[in-house]
Amino acid sequence: MNEQVKVTTAKDWASDQEVRWCPGCGDYAVLKAVQRTMPDLGVAREKTVFISGIGCSSRFPYYMASYGFHTIHGRACAVATGTKLANPELDVWIITGDGDALSIGGNHTMHLLRRNLDCQLLLFNNEIYGLTKGQYSPTSRIGTRSPSTPFGSVDRPVNPCSYALGSGARFVARGIDVHKNLVDVLKAAHAHRGASFVEIYQNCVVYNDDVFAPFTSKEVAADKQLWLQAGQKMLFAGGTKGIALDMEHHRLKVVDGDSDEVIVHNPRNRSVAYMLAEMPVTIFPMALGVIYEDPAPTFDSAVVEQNEAAAKGKKADLQSLVSKGQTWMVEKEPRAE
Amino acid sequence: MATATHEVTENEAKARPALEAVVVRFAGDSGDGMQLTGGQFTLSTALAGNDLATFPDFPAEIRAPQGTTFGVSAFQINFGSSAIETAGDAPDVLIAMNPAALKMNTKALREGGLIIADEGEFTPRNLAKAGYENNPLEDGSLAKWQLVHFNISQLTLDAVKPFGLGNKEALRCKNMWTLGLALWMFDRDRQPIIDWLNAKFAKAPQLAEANIAALNAGHAYGETAEIGGQVHQRHLAAAPAEPGLYRTVTGAESLSLGLMAGAQLAELPMFFGGYPITPASAILHHLSRLKEYGITTFQAEDEIAAICSAIGASYAGSLGVTSSSGPGIALKGEAMGLAIMTELPLVIVNSQRGGPSTGLPTKTEQSDLYQAVYGRNGDAPMPVIAARSPADAFDCAIEAVRIATRYMTPVMLLTDGYIANAAEPWKVPDMSAYEPFPVTFAEGSALEPDNDQVMPYQRNEDLARPWIKPGTVGLEHRIGGIEKNPGTGNIDYSPEAHAEMTRLRAAKVNGVADSIPDQDVCLGTNNGRMVVVGWGSTFGPIHQAVRRSRARGLDVSHIHIRYIAPFPKNLAVLLKSYDHILVPEMNSGQLKTLLRDQFLVDARPLNKVSGQPFTIAEIEAAIEEAIR
Repeated sequence: MNEQVKVTTAKDWASDQEVRWCPGCGDYAVLKAVQRTMPDLGVAREKTVFISGIGCSSRFPYYMASYGFHTIHGRACAVATGTKLANPELDVWIITGDGDALSIGGNHTMHLLRRNLDCQLLLFNNEIYGLTKGQYSPTSRIGTRSPSTPFGSVDRPVNPCSYALGSGARFVARGIDVHKNLVDVLKAAHAHRGASFVEIYQNCVVYNDDVFAPFTSKEVAADKQLWLQAGQKMLFAGGTKGIALDMEHHRLKVVDGDSDEVIVHNPRNRSVAYMLAEMPVTIFPMALGVIYEDPAPTFDSAVVEQNEAAAKGKKADLQSLVSKGQTWMVEKEPRAE
Repeated sequence: MATATHEVTENEAKARPALEAVVVRFAGDSGDGMQLTGGQFTLSTALAGNDLATFPDFPAEIRAPQGTTFGVSAFQINFGSSAIETAGDAPDVLIAMNPAALKMNTKALREGGLIIADEGEFTPRNLAKAGYENNPLEDGSLAKWQLVHFNISQLTLDAVKPFGLGNKEALRCKNMWTLGLALWMFDRDRQPIIDWLNAKFAKAPQLAEANIAALNAGHAYGETAEIGGQVHQRHLAAAPAEPGLYRTVTGAESLSLGLMAGAQLAELPMFFGGYPITPASAILHHLSRLKEYGITTFQAEDEIAAICSAIGASYAGSLGVTSSSGPGIALKGEAMGLAIMTELPLVIVNSQRGGPSTGLPTKTEQSDLYQAVYGRNGDAPMPVIAARSPADAFDCAIEAVRIATRYMTPVMLLTDGYIANAAEPWKVPDMSAYEPFPVTFAEGSALEPDNDQVMPYQRNEDLARPWIKPGTVGLEHRIGGIEKNPGTGNIDYSPEAHAEMTRLRAAKVNGVADSIPDQDVCLGTNNGRMVVVGWGSTFGPIHQAVRRSRARGLDVSHIHIRYIAPFPKNLAVLLKSYDHILVPEMNSGQLKTLLRDQFLVDARPLNKVSGQPFTIAEIEAAIEEAIR
């Protein structure tokens, strides 16, 4: 995408379709953030494809003025893999939710990440099945009461970022639907070559309102949000607190902000990334921003390279191919005699 | 010949089946290399100019416990100097490498047929494993047949002794010794096999030499030893065939080549998404070696990802292809609906096997016809094509690509385990004789002129929508599996939109009938007392059975249907011009139901679901019974 790209505005990225999410849904904020981000990426609308699965968030592509494909439940990653391999020049964004990416489509998410397909995967996590009217999801906390769990859910939730790291993702980040930093997270995700996994905490006003309030509400935001910056100390609460390594128990701990122990964020440190992703928000802040980034060769480039290398010096001659192997000539029809 | 290259003449149709045809079955332990032996014997048969058909029959287990009956692997070949349509009903010659192989295969053997057994393997232990109380080579229980036995194991060990192999490795050469004997029996040239061995063991010349020595020893044994008089050399003259260049081909090979040829004729790169499954994997293997033809192959994480990636690739402007067998096709069902709804070209290959569920992974059946025609949620019409033989699979694959791209639709291409694995001679096609059907991607034409609205669901005279590649400036649009407006493709689930789109999707697929040939009668007359209607790999036995019945004066014809959805336009009138309709199928009567449903005709079923192909005699008997 080195050629001159037409300058766009956020408005150029909005389609003519009426947005049909519930009033107050966090999806609106994410849509706006993406539309605001696109002009800054220097990409062309015609080279951009948004591919989604099924769920509230998966209606997203209809509202973008780029190419878009609203596929089937859980399969956006698989469709996107084919699209990107068929045309590696396309800038592919995958839009999915917690049920779509971690339940019905969990397998494809894992394989997309381990293969490291060059794309951005935005997982809208609202910890609930919205479009099917409020059943608990694989990210719902234990005890979530829903139409399918009237006495509270009993199974333990999956942590999306840990899952991504465990699957071999080379870029793992977190954002919040209404937080201004989301644009920066999206830009970082786009700048990364390879599969960029972004978990976005998205509030469902109808079925799971304020489920993220313990770290997103204005009153606690400063104390409960740790915005990670590469090369910077892990500080929060206005710099008064920091994250350090508890050497005795081999885990993280909260210390005073001016302590020498406070860790400097190195996004390439996979072990610390796991610990950051899994910090319980009861005693820690929520780790946000780019938790892990360590680029590696992408699947699509490896496929293209192998295709080219294998084809090198060979001619695509169908006639000679069908004539391959041991052949024999029948000179004349024996019945003619 | 079971290829499209040879039209049966009236004289041949009347003739009794030629005597100059022989059915040989090689049977041994799955570790004995019987498939390899059969494959090489097939090659030498083809090079000798005989027509042939083969039937590889092997267990689902890769290495079942040695010497057991369920570990028996067999390869049957029917060859001769006249047209061969099937792998043969009853073998004339059985080569049994151990007691289990003998036990599993004597039942099929023609009375008076020849058994050649390796007595070296008839040890008390192996006899017990096969369930023999006494040694059948000695107790007279094989009196119905001609029996010769000698110690092939020992003869092989003696032959390869100079090469210093271990006992196990030396015994592995047994199959080449046996092949050598078979080559002598049918007066065949050993050189092509020797060339093949030298190429195969290029990195281990010692093994090549040992195997060649075994091959030569087997051949020499036939020439010099006195093998009880029954075993003698026969030479079968070359079979009639149109002049031209020939090769042998399996269905998996020809289908892969056909897909590729189709993509080239459409001037498209191909994307193949597959997941390993028996007996479909061979297609993935073939295509993954052909990168220079613009093919990207992708071994996906599962069947669903395989088809979804192919859909994603079609969306991006490649020819998306996926392939599987029944259970995998079931998993792809929802995604097929997506391809139908988004009206993207896609070829789905089903190499059918016995079902339901895991069923009979390595055995053949044609029981996925309902699945192909009906097996999706919603009103989800999709063209279905069925190949009748390994050679026919080439043209069927090209047709599948042509229909998929011309009509912007997924197409199901049916083959089966028998076609996929069986080999037959194939007249190498002249590619310049195929009419290209290049795809045109939409440019500005997909825009509504007055308001610049992109119209991804505007239709041409075939009712096909434009194929718009992402990357095309100004045609940005959104598609999906949700119901849509007939022109703009925007979400629209109004009653009118759904009714209209349902009608259009069906009308488009029905319209495929306008671009396919009329149904022909491949043997017999256009009307009469009886017609036998088949599809897929039953072609051979039906054709021979009808030929024999006609020779006995019965008024019976053969129709073999390639285009199953939609049917050719003349099929209704054609079927109604016969008094009786018999439909032999390797299922419980699926085409029979389709014919009854669409044409209200009294189609009668003849069903076989044993995992084995029909024999000619079975169909002949059913014709006799029905027509009387």
